[in-house]
Amino acid sequence: MINKFNKNVKGVVIEGITLVSALIIIAIVIIMLTVIIIGGKDQLSWEFLTSFPTDGMTKGGIFPAIYGTVFLVIIMSIAAVPFGTITAIYLTEYAKEESIIAKTIRFAVRTLAVIPSIIYGLFGLGFFIKFVGTKVDSIFYGGALTWGQPNLLWASLTMSLLTLPVVIVSVEEALKTVPQELRAGSLALGATKWQTIWKIVLPGSISGIMTGTILAVSRGAGEVAPILFTGAAYYIATLPGVGDQFMVLGYHIYVLTTQSANVDQTLPIQFGTTCVLLLLTFILNLTAVILRYRIRKKKTN
Amino acid sequence: MFISSLIDQRKSNNSTMTREPSKENIVGKSTVENREQVHIDITHKKFRFSDYLAEKVIKGVAFLSITIIVLIFFFVFREAFPIFSSSKEVTATTGKIVQEAQETYGAVTDQPVKEEPQETYGAVTDSSQAQEQYGVQTNDTSITSDPSDTYTVSAGSGFDDNQSAINTLLTKDWVPVSEKPRYGILALIIGTFKITLISMLFAAPLAILAAIYTAMFANKKMKEIIKPTIELLAGFPSVVIGFFALMVMATFLQEIFHYETRLNSFVGGIAMGIAAIPIIFTITEDALTAVPKSYFEASLAIGASKWQTAFFVILPAATPGIFAAILLGIGRVFGETMIALMATGNAAMMDLNPFNSVRTLAATIGAEMAEVVFGDTHYNVLFLIGSLLFIFTFILNAIAEFYVKGKLMKRIQGK
Amino acid sequence: MIVDKIYTENMFLYYSGKMALNNISIKIPEKKVTAFIGPSGCGKSTFLRSLNRMNDLIDGVKIEGNVIIDSVNIYDKNIDVVNLRKKVGMVFQKSNPFAKSIWENVAYGPKINGLNDRKKLNEIVENALKNAAIWDEVKDRLGDSAMGLSGGQQQRLCIARTLAVNPEIVLMDEPASALDPLSTSKIEELIVQLKENYTIVIVTHNMQQAARISDNTAFFYLGELIEYDRTKKIFTNPDKKQTEDYITGRFG
Repeated sequence: MINKFNKNVKGVVIEGITLVSALIIIAIVIIMLTVIIIGGKDQLSWEFLTSFPTDGMTKGGIFPAIYGTVFLVIIMSIAAVPFGTITAIYLTEYAKEESIIAKTIRFAVRTLAVIPSIIYGLFGLGFFIKFVGTKVDSIFYGGALTWGQPNLLWASLTMSLLTLPVVIVSVEEALKTVPQELRAGSLALGATKWQTIWKIVLPGSISGIMTGTILAVSRGAGEVAPILFTGAAYYIATLPGVGDQFMVLGYHIYVLTTQSANVDQTLPIQFGTTCVLLLLTFILNLTAVILRYRIRKKKTN
Repeated sequence: MFISSLIDQRKSNNSTMTREPSKENIVGKSTVENREQVHIDITHKKFRFSDYLAEKVIKGVAFLSITIIVLIFFFVFREAFPIFSSSKEVTATTGKIVQEAQETYGAVTDQPVKEEPQETYGAVTDSSQAQEQYGVQTNDTSITSDPSDTYTVSAGSGFDDNQSAINTLLTKDWVPVSEKPRYGILALIIGTFKITLISMLFAAPLAILAAIYTAMFANKKMKEIIKPTIELLAGFPSVVIGFFALMVMATFLQEIFHYETRLNSFVGGIAMGIAAIPIIFTITEDALTAVPKSYFEASLAIGASKWQTAFFVILPAATPGIFAAILLGIGRVFGETMIALMATGNAAMMDLNPFNSVRTLAATIGAEMAEVVFGDTHYNVLFLIGSLLFIFTFILNAIAEFYVKGKLMKRIQGK
Repeated sequence: MIVDKIYTENMFLYYSGKMALNNISIKIPEKKVTAFIGPSGCGKSTFLRSLNRMNDLIDGVKIEGNVIIDSVNIYDKNIDVVNLRKKVGMVFQKSNPFAKSIWENVAYGPKINGLNDRKKLNEIVENALKNAAIWDEVKDRLGDSAMGLSGGQQQRLCIARTLAVNPEIVLMDEPASALDPLSTSKIEELIVQLKENYTIVIVTHNMQQAARISDNTAFFYLGELIEYDRTKKIFTNPDKKQTEDYITGRFG
């Protein structure tokens, strides 16, 4: 009897400890959200979001940072989503499951996913800027330094490499939810493989492609390490083009908090910017999470 | 024989009746009453351009991921490589003078140059001795020891050649921007390990226990709260976590623990741990739910309770996966840059006190790369650090994959 | 004259080295219903799938021998498999309509062949649905999703979809096994009607069904063709003892 009681107590205690751990994590998340939102919500105004910073970053808004983030993310998506989707199509539709090629590509994708983001920055610098950029300069600009330096284009392409694995994994998951019988049915009607993919499989995986894109966008908006030295700038007077350096939300937060001359005065702006970035990524991730659960539900049906 | 003659006959029929299959097919009205029998030519493989093109493009693009990895390897190492080819010339005048000094004052060459923690030759005893002995030349060296000058470094000034860079690599002084640059990454490595350790001590128990709860004890509703929360945490940009650590956590923790330096490896470690929780949680939870249900049912059937089953049957079976989770968590923290830049104090100190600042490898790259001259030794060393990070995380990932997969497969197959 | 539409000669099939079909030689006449019967796993579905080369989709499948349709060996290396499947259609055991509208499902085949004329497509869709005996039930809701139909209706829709491509042979892999008796009898009626214009080969594990609707029956067991003859003979006076044992229910 006592043994049983002890066992039960043990059980309750253990279950309790694990529950508490889970609750602690939830609490941390809630605290972070609350502190940042409360600290920054007063800053959030239409003016804040649409005007340039003034007075050495102590007043004004963060519009150029928002603009830069949006453009970075757009160019990044144009590069990453098609390539990621096509790679996923190859893995599920063309490659034999156990083939060496498929295994190598999958290993490569998983490796890409765990490489520290700063390495992508180094690659962006060493490859895009110093290799491709300078080659372009020597061919088209007679050696004048135009493309061989940090700018929005290179930073976006660097970021697209970082988010490629995310897209590939999401799209693959969605492609796999299309039942094999539909492919068989299409082929049995005399459709070719590509017709089957284009007309049956891809339309059935749109939600997965969307999820992948949203997750990629969320990461691209928040990662700073890859753009530290491939194009991000603290202050630009005008809105950037592809060949210019640019402001981004994440980088702005970093510099404001660590290097601004007057930390007290910029504090509200810091909180405001962080709040904007957090809300942005939060909403994007929430959408992706919901989409993904709907995909998984469809699979089990 | 019979067949082949039939085939020949059919072939000649086909050649006179060959029409576009696409049009043939739909001309016939398929009512049961009147239906045109139309012959589709199946004897010649039709070349379908869009299919061919699609296949080629898709295959080509898929190889892109492998290509990218190879390229990253190549280009990151390429920029680090010059370190190992000591081909840089020592050209500045200061260099020459020192060399002359070495020639004439024989005894002096043997005198070891004291490694000073500061960037300038400000230390009194050594340089005064040096000053006495180097005579005229001393004036030159003292001029160059002017603090404002020590920040201009270009290839070939003073001792800045790759040979000395390699020599100084395994020392503890990271002083890349000075007249006598030293690239001691030891302190950085120790700092990185220190912060990784602290972050794992914080994150691993929390994440693993929470995953155990979610996989074994939680009901559906709790699962639907916990799992999305973790996914949302995974979506927090690390700069936001760094901000939170810098602005809120640092002060808060300082109130509690009363340590001196506000930004130190403790604060940074916890912040990094927060960033690592989602990955450890997710992989652990996957590992636990991947244990075959039969294990669970068999244990319960013997009369074990839920928690006994959880700890003595399922957990051991999932150990390889948990091991992998921790490895990947380590990998995540090892290369984390923004939190390190914002919350660790960024001083390259090498001791065991968690309440002192540290500087990590990744933060060093992040902080200094933007200011560095292209092609400079400093530039190359930073790339070298990047290469180290890359290799380290690559190996961690490879271990997590192959070892874990191997062990997991063996266990479930009962070897 | 009875024309051999399909004719196999010493055909063997291997799944990754393991033999699944052993020396099948059979002559299937055109515009008749031929049934394949036999216990589960005996190879009848595998053989059926060989006739439109759907087995190509499985890794490690090897075919030996001749499979000849309309005097053409369909495993010849010059064969255009895509066109073959337009000529030899297939209806699957579990109905697999696309997640599109009823109209889109039926029009899929003609459309991928390049037909875009709306009027012609409408005509084809209507005819196919009529031939599949489902027109009256769906004619007012062609734009509705095909997933909203009942099981029996979905299967008839799949038949309509196959007919829309105007094949000469229709292969059916246990088309009614997942359906209720009413839908099953509707499909059986349909098959008997269709044989006027199409060569039908049907795999079924329901012997009574085979006896009801087929002209010829082939009995498969463990990858071998045990007996093949007119249906009446197989079910009343089979030659082989194994056949008799199977149809009298001694094993199955």
